[in-house]
Amino acid sequence: MILDGKAPNGPIESTWDRHRFEMKLVNPSNKRKYKILVVGTGLAGASAAASLGELGYNVEAFCYQDSPRRAHSIAAQGGINAAKNYPNDGDSIFRLFYDTIKGGDFRAREADVWRLAQVSNNIIDQCVAQGVPFARDYAGYLDNRSFGGAQVSRTFFARGQTGQQLLLGAYSALSRQIKIGTVRMFPRTEMLDLVVADGEAKAITVRDLVTGEIRVHAGDAVLLCTGGYVNVFYLSTNAMGCSVTALWKAHRKGAFFANPCYTQIHPTCIPQAGEYQSKLTLMSESLRNDGRCWVPKRKEDCRKTPNSIPEEDRDYYLERKYPSFGNLAPRDIASRAAKEQCDDGRGVGPGGRGVYLDLKDSIARLGEQVIRERYGNLFEMYERITDENGYKVPMRIYPAPHYAMGGLWVDYDLMSNLPGLFVLGEANFSVHGANRLGASALMQGLADGYFVIPYTIANYLARTRPGKVSADHAECRKSVEEVKGYTRKLLSVNGNRTVTEFMRELGHLMWNHCGMARSKESLSEAIARIPAIREEFWQNVKVGGTGEEFNQQLENAGRTADFLEFSELLCRDALDRNESCGGHFRVEYQYPDGEAKRDDENYCYVAAWEWKGIDKPPELHKEPLKFENVHLAVRSYK
Amino acid sequence: MSDHTSEHRTMTLKLIVWRQKGQNEPGRFETYVARNITEHHSFLEMLDVVNEELIREGKDPIAFDHDCREGICGMCSTVVNGVPHGGQERTTVCQLHMRKFKDGDTIYLEPWRARAFPILKDLVVDRGALDKIIQAGGYTSCHTGGVPDANSTPVSKAESDYAMDAAECIGCGACVAACPNGAAMLFTGAKISQFAALPQGQVEAPERVAGMVNAMQECGFGNCTNHYECQAACPKGIHVKFIARMNREFLKALFRAKSGSHTFIGEGQD
Amino acid sequence: MQLLSSAIGRKVVMAATGLFMLLFVIVHLLGNSTIFAGPNAINAYAEKLQSLGPFVWAFRLFLLFMLFFHVIYGILLTLENAAANPGKYAVKKMLKATFASETMIWTGLLLLAFIVYHLLQFTVRVTPDVVLGNDAKGRFDVYTMVAGSLKIAPIAMVYVAAMVTLFLHLSHGIQSIFQSAGLSNDKALPQYTVIGKLLAVIFLVGYSAIPVLILAGILAK
Ligand SMILES: Cc1cc2nc3c(=O)[nH]c(=O)nc-3n(C[C@H](O)[C@H](O)[C@H](O)COP(=O)(O)OP(=O)(O)OC[C@H]3O[C@@H](n4cnc5c(N)ncnc54)[C@H](O)[C@@H]3O)c2cc1C
Ligand code: HEM
Ligand code: SF4
Ligand code: FES
Repeated sequence: MILDGKAPNGPIESTWDRHRFEMKLVNPSNKRKYKILVVGTGLAGASAAASLGELGYNVEAFCYQDSPRRAHSIAAQGGINAAKNYPNDGDSIFRLFYDTIKGGDFRAREADVWRLAQVSNNIIDQCVAQGVPFARDYAGYLDNRSFGGAQVSRTFFARGQTGQQLLLGAYSALSRQIKIGTVRMFPRTEMLDLVVADGEAKAITVRDLVTGEIRVHAGDAVLLCTGGYVNVFYLSTNAMGCSVTALWKAHRKGAFFANPCYTQIHPTCIPQAGEYQSKLTLMSESLRNDGRCWVPKRKEDCRKTPNSIPEEDRDYYLERKYPSFGNLAPRDIASRAAKEQCDDGRGVGPGGRGVYLDLKDSIARLGEQVIRERYGNLFEMYERITDENGYKVPMRIYPAPHYAMGGLWVDYDLMSNLPGLFVLGEANFSVHGANRLGASALMQGLADGYFVIPYTIANYLARTRPGKVSADHAECRKSVEEVKGYTRKLLSVNGNRTVTEFMRELGHLMWNHCGMARSKESLSEAIARIPAIREEFWQNVKVGGTGEEFNQQLENAGRTADFLEFSELLCRDALDRNESCGGHFRVEYQYPDGEAKRDDENYCYVAAWEWKGIDKPPELHKEPLKFENVHLAVRSYK
Repeated sequence: MSDHTSEHRTMTLKLIVWRQKGQNEPGRFETYVARNITEHHSFLEMLDVVNEELIREGKDPIAFDHDCREGICGMCSTVVNGVPHGGQERTTVCQLHMRKFKDGDTIYLEPWRARAFPILKDLVVDRGALDKIIQAGGYTSCHTGGVPDANSTPVSKAESDYAMDAAECIGCGACVAACPNGAAMLFTGAKISQFAALPQGQVEAPERVAGMVNAMQECGFGNCTNHYECQAACPKGIHVKFIARMNREFLKALFRAKSGSHTFIGEGQD
Repeated sequence: MQLLSSAIGRKVVMAATGLFMLLFVIVHLLGNSTIFAGPNAINAYAEKLQSLGPFVWAFRLFLLFMLFFHVIYGILLTLENAAANPGKYAVKKMLKATFASETMIWTGLLLLAFIVYHLLQFTVRVTPDVVLGNDAKGRFDVYTMVAGSLKIAPIAMVYVAAMVTLFLHLSHGIQSIFQSAGLSNDKALPQYTVIGKLLAVIFLVGYSAIPVLILAGILAK
């Protein structure tokens, strides 16, 4: 099937404005009759729930943490982009649009990206009105920095805690609606199934994580704002609870999964120190503005203390390979380059999986005080974790899974192929193509929630009667029974291996076979091995306790079971995409100098997969991509 | 520089952990041994090791809250040897590392204890009361859209930095857990101060402070007697000056109410 | 009524009443110090005070009023706070709290007991040890009364102990006034703390000097 993203045609500059005019509206007095279920309260979910509640819809919001304020958006450090052009350095909506399309390696839908760039400015206004304390200059105006390889300064930030401050802004707006009563909040509640009735998404089945109660919430539309899935690699910069579960359950009910193989590996993370490790910690990429990446030129030097290695024996590989971008090369490129050095036997630290990020020259040039002001909290964090002083010894970094560009397929209205199911934020696939630029995920989450969904959801709701499906609909009852049965099944295996052991095994396999460098062989092997792990899981996993209580083992088991199915799809998508683009690098497809080789002839499409059952291969649907405003070109950062 | 490449020295620790099945059940301390812990384990990874063993033995693992494990989500919440988050300056318990302990140490683990935070299981408590405080006024009532350009109101760098200092709070509740009075004044004071310093927060300032202080009481938090334990335990180093600021804002609001320029929430409107 | 019912309002009441009592403690110390200048000075001072008539009574009533509120709210606060904190930590390590800050209610109640005793002794003058009489100039002889009572070792000890209690109460209490009333910030707070401790020491030394010197026979032989 050829999918249609329903992007408006015509001059790109006016697509969104025209579409806004053409969409249907819901009469103000009717809004409260529609119930909207918002799963997730990160930037996307909180901003959507707050805005929809304010418009007068009847909203129920869910998250698995104990408070909506703890969604993983909170962890974003670096900043948020907007085309404000406050520094007068040549930025514009068009340039942000252009950079995002190019940065995404030409695998995103143009109209969606345009809209993102267009509303980016409203986001900053909104956040400031909410009291988000963005950094300011001495005149009292907002400060910007350049970030993630952008050549203009368009990134707004709040110390190293931008995600936190933006999320707290959205959370405060959400709290206001909760107080007013337009939004009901259900924390510590995990969505475990999507109910599709008469072809439309109308309800979700959830488990109350405190009491274990499994119940259904019916509504008129469902919004999934459940974040990314890179915990499929086990070790990642995501929070421990981040999972693919919500998306996967929806996928199993018919929602197409788009481009799952586009995963972003972030270059500046603290390397793994041992097998017991439970997560990896990101260090803001802004460090690359003042730091230089290097490894020893000779393998013999790798075990020496870094300060004893003289300048001439150091290989500043990013500056060598990419003279014009140097240490600011985009993420996918910087990550791969680090891996190359380590594969070449010149990595440093435990297991030789690390490179140095050295701020020595900047400290000499600007003084330690300036560096401390800029990155003090990062140095502190580094020291807490590694017990090393980054001012004295170069820090060690290594790439780590960080972000999922792929996600459920959505059209221009953010609606999936299932009517009534909308997907926002990192959970959808829409704007980042094959690679996301720094500081643009926060932008997307808030754009979707504050400025897109409030309009586009009306376009759907206006066509449906409110309250079509209630909690005692046959599909709802069936779903509850299924989830209960599934839970009992997990609890009854009573084998010998813990959930974490399985997750670690899967993560290892995924990282080694489907990580930064993928090949036909490695992917085929992974696809062959995953079902075996899955099978063993259902034979031999040990999940204690009962379903009717607070049971973290059970929560993890459910999430792991879904990763065990999803990982296979991810590998299939990677195997099917016979090109290298953005975060997806196939070793067979590269230029002689090691750069990614895209194949626009054959792969300039969105791969949207349809679930066909556990033993059947998924079916591929394609949405062809057209580039009318930015011309397809080799993405070069030399 | 600690040498990551050499063999890790390992430690064995004795854990004395509060176990409680559910909210209305009695709790008690149980003793466990954590083996093969290296100095690079984080505190929670040490607990993971213990839990894996418990699971293998068919026992109930220790429930504890955690999510980001990088010190920002505010989910982790354990009192370690009598100090919330374990007492390393400006560090959440998920960022505490085992190099701070010695082989053979005995470690007490307890949940946050305060009337406003009922225990749900083991080390997990319900901190919904903090959300209630925010719902009572921790926001500006701006609508989505229809707000002025972000640069239309300059804010002095000093005020903006002050607001950011206050806004760093991660809502973990350690201040409440540390407070001998189970008070949430640092948490509430920080939010009120953030808005008090910004032009955007001025319009609703009196209602905000009245509402939030009232919510604090209704949720069952205690009152400040200026021990300053909260600041000492706070993983973000939130300063008690924000409590003073809240008190000041409260008095300001009260006097404005008395002079009739607005009605103090709780005094009733007809 | 928000002032009396709200959490912060009550703190402000504690601070304000505490402040007035603190001011009294300062004035009282200055007044008492006339004893070091000899019988004539303190008797003259006492007579002067008496001559103010209604003002003295207004002042006394005001202070009693302050004390009343301070005590009632102090007890209320303590009870409420105890309820808010079930206080069942098996191990609890204090990082910043001090002995003084943790014992405010106890030092406060001891002070209350002392104030009652002190008033009965030297204001109402009904305790058995009190020596009543007039001096050569026909004024009430405060000097002899005070010296007479404080010569008795146990009484002198009670006074010194009370002053240690006051020291503890105020070494936490004074900086607390500023914090509670919202007059503090990161720069000022440490200064208030130093000033508070200093004042508390001055009170301790100044007030205790009277019974100690009398008992030691240096003052009032
Ligand atoms: C360490 C780190 C640093 C980053 N730095 C930046 C940066 O500087 N700039 C930038 O632009 N981007 C950054 N990103 C990316 C960005 O933070 C995220 O992509 C974005 O915040 C995702 O927001 P979201 O609302 O889609 O999802 P999230 O914030 O992840 O929220 C997901 C929500 O869904 C809920 N949920 C999930 N599953 C379920 C379920 N089954 N049932 C119920 N609820 C569920 C969760 O409780 C949560 O509320 C960073 C990411 C990380 C990990
Ligand atoms: C000479 C008599 C007294 C003086 C000068 C005095 C002074 C003070 C001061 C200055 C404070 C700090 C107020 C604040 O928190 O801002 C205080 C607190 C307190 N006082 Fe007194 N006080 C006296 C007697 C008493 C008595 C008789 C009690 C008996 C109940 C008492 C109980 C308390 C308590 C419980 C506090 C703690 C409140 C807090 O720390 O927040 N005090 N006192
Ligand atoms: S003030 Fe500090 S201790 Fe209290 S909730 Fe905020 S971060 Fe946690
Ligand atoms: S787990 Fe997020 S702060 Fe500790």
